[in-house]
Amino acid sequence: MSTTTLSRIERAAIDEIIKLLRQQQYTVVGPTVRGASIELGELRSTLDLPLGWTDEQMPARYRLVQLPVESLFAYTVSPHSWKRYLFPPILKLFSATKTGKGFDLKSGEDGAARSSIPSAGDAVPQYALFGVRSCDLHALAVHDKVFSGGTYGDEYYARARERTWVIAVNCTLAGGTCFCASMGTGPKASSGFDLALTEVITEEEHYFLVETGTDRGRSLLEAVRHRPAEAAEVARGEELTENASRQMGRSLDTENIQQILYQSADHPRWDVVAARCLTCANCTMVCPTCFCTTLEDVIDLGGTRAERLRKWDSCFTMDFSYIHGGSVRPSVRARYRHWLTHKLASWIDQFGSSGCVGCGRCITWCPVGIDITEEYRAIRESFVTKSATSSAKEANDGNA
Amino acid sequence: MASVPDIFVKPAPVAPHAMFPRMYVIQQVRKETADTFTLVLEDRSGGPKIKFAPGQFNMVYVFGVGEIPISISSDPASSVLVHTTRAVGTVTRVMAGLRRGDAVGIRGPFGTVWPVHEAHGHDIVIVAGGIGLAPLRSALYEVLSQREAFGKVVLLYGTRTPSDILFREELEQWRARFDLEVYVTVDRAQPGWRGNVGVVTTLIHKLPFDPQKTTAMICGPEIMMRFAALELQKRGVGPDSIYLSLERNMKCGIGLCGHCQFGPYFVCKDGPVFRYSRVKDLLVKREI
Amino acid sequence: METLERILGEHPFFQNLDEPYLQLVTGCASNVRFEPDACIFREGEEANQFYLIRQGRVALQILAPDRGPITVETLEEGDILGWSWLIPPYNWHFDARALELTRAIALDAKCLRRKCEEDHNLGYELLKRFGHIMEQRLSSTRLQLLDMYGVRS
Repeated sequence: MSTTTLSRIERAAIDEIIKLLRQQQYTVVGPTVRGASIELGELRSTLDLPLGWTDEQMPARYRLVQLPVESLFAYTVSPHSWKRYLFPPILKLFSATKTGKGFDLKSGEDGAARSSIPSAGDAVPQYALFGVRSCDLHALAVHDKVFSGGTYGDEYYARARERTWVIAVNCTLAGGTCFCASMGTGPKASSGFDLALTEVITEEEHYFLVETGTDRGRSLLEAVRHRPAEAAEVARGEELTENASRQMGRSLDTENIQQILYQSADHPRWDVVAARCLTCANCTMVCPTCFCTTLEDVIDLGGTRAERLRKWDSCFTMDFSYIHGGSVRPSVRARYRHWLTHKLASWIDQFGSSGCVGCGRCITWCPVGIDITEEYRAIRESFVTKSATSSAKEANDGNA
Repeated sequence: MASVPDIFVKPAPVAPHAMFPRMYVIQQVRKETADTFTLVLEDRSGGPKIKFAPGQFNMVYVFGVGEIPISISSDPASSVLVHTTRAVGTVTRVMAGLRRGDAVGIRGPFGTVWPVHEAHGHDIVIVAGGIGLAPLRSALYEVLSQREAFGKVVLLYGTRTPSDILFREELEQWRARFDLEVYVTVDRAQPGWRGNVGVVTTLIHKLPFDPQKTTAMICGPEIMMRFAALELQKRGVGPDSIYLSLERNMKCGIGLCGHCQFGPYFVCKDGPVFRYSRVKDLLVKREI
Repeated sequence: METLERILGEHPFFQNLDEPYLQLVTGCASNVRFEPDACIFREGEEANQFYLIRQGRVALQILAPDRGPITVETLEEGDILGWSWLIPPYNWHFDARALELTRAIALDAKCLRRKCEEDHNLGYELLKRFGHIMEQRLSSTRLQLLDMYGVRS
């Protein structure tokens, strides 16, 4: 039985929430329609949300479809993930100026000509992430562990994260490629948010249930029109998220996953998927937890000013593992195997949890529709069969 | 109720300037062999003195050109920083052309260390191949500075040809000591060479050490390290007592960019020094 | 003779060889000594002995007309020198030269070959042991060929 108290608010209160956050100098970012997809962008009010849109996602397919109601949150995840705000695709780490035989380094722009590339030493923008799904909440927690949980942290991430507001949204329908239920990451947001909203649309009504997760979230709710939700309303909300859970067409069995993957380095399935994979790196770009970066040193023509940029990178590139005249993973097979093994298994050894949050983006945005759940299932099934056969054999030998 | 989302992990204290190079000035650039050179560096960053331990590496930055990981090969007790490397790529070729008074950027020290302290009471076997002698030089200096704490100390060094022998003068000094055995071999002889010819692994079976009480430290090309570890095991040295220094592509040096992954390990922070028992299964997997 | 038998018996190469065979082998053994730069055998010559090196260093060399003798491998105390005596047509493939004062036990190959033909068990025991040496030398030669310290192009 749920012991959290839910409130009920109307759409106008949501507009008010966005307005209040903007007044406090937060940049509110959330889902918005751009072209033929839902992307993440600045929100000035609920008018910027994908009103009445839903998404149809399948392997290698993404379409927006109009609904007959003006829903606010009737879709799931966009090709963008929230990592782009706390972990920008390009970040200037420092600029260096030649001084005699040495050089001077600085890490910020200090108010000088601002470029569109954020600088590590500058004040970070304050973001209010609006419309975060449970899978993406878990992705944020995964990044917290990656960027702040070790001996060395990402300083920019830590500063940005401290101020970030998180307004979550519970999914009331399952996306076509989602599998958060089997990954234990949704569809209901359980923690890690300031506020969590559930959109309820019936024949007669259209309202939102709100759960608060922090003191400041509670204060924000107090500042807008709200009332305690009735039992029937709460029940309806629960039914909707349970429905989303049931609708999920995919699952990934994580039992024993480390042992299985570590012992399957020579599995023939890797060759099968390698024949399809283009190593285009789409999956790593859309994945909310992928964090690999590269460093690029650039210098001006005069040779007096240099910069170091940190850019998103992907383990699917040939140079990723390049040393001394060769790549350690030249084959497609090895690179795909590395990505999947890292995401589902090594990540647990490195950071204490799976790297996959079941959002399904990699399945939707793979141009050839490779499905991570299918690839892993194929490996798992033959592994389990093989062990079953060998233990049966051992038992028989014991009886002989 | 929490004041920030409760799954937010409090950031670990960030080491100052982990991504920000400190300025060091070149005291000397020394050509060691045809393609190998040494930089002797002095800290001019004005910051607190940095201590490092043998086995660690720095990310060395050449202004505007790039940055590469180089193992530290200084004597830990000395006041200068020494890096020996091969000139094989853009950054190292520019580095080889630098002169006294030029500056480079240093980030570090990063990585795990040779188990010199843990090896107290043991015989020490150091097996170095090619440029692998550079990081082991630091370890040897540390061992020699506490010589009474160890039993026999043996250095085995193999390289391509006699003209590729690094640190020749130091090798001769070490060879002259009574408390250190030094064996040098080459893969390929040159006219006039009267020393040993053969891969470094062939000498392991005749080295004087007690396999039950030995700590072995190996550094060199990965193939050489694998075969050397096998030979040591044939002698009876346990895989827990053998340590290797591995190498992978590195960018950040602090476990955040993902490039140096080797199985589940980040070579920059779980290594570069690894206990052999931990990595021996990974070493034989293709393209891992 | 007695001392030779003990020395041979203690060497890893002859370990676990039955006592009567060890005596047989000892019967074909003698002590030899080579001065620095002395030639032990030459490419093409008949292979009538093999050696167990007890002290010193021996270089296995190939003569190249333009480069002089090239040392491909060196052997020292404890190593076995020479296996061509076992394999027809029983000729040396390399030169062997002592780099420093070298003492060794020489084993008369003609004598041993005859004894192996008479007693195949002895032949098998010796071939097994030499097979092991060849495998080790082949392995290390392959590693030498890799030129693993070189720069990959």
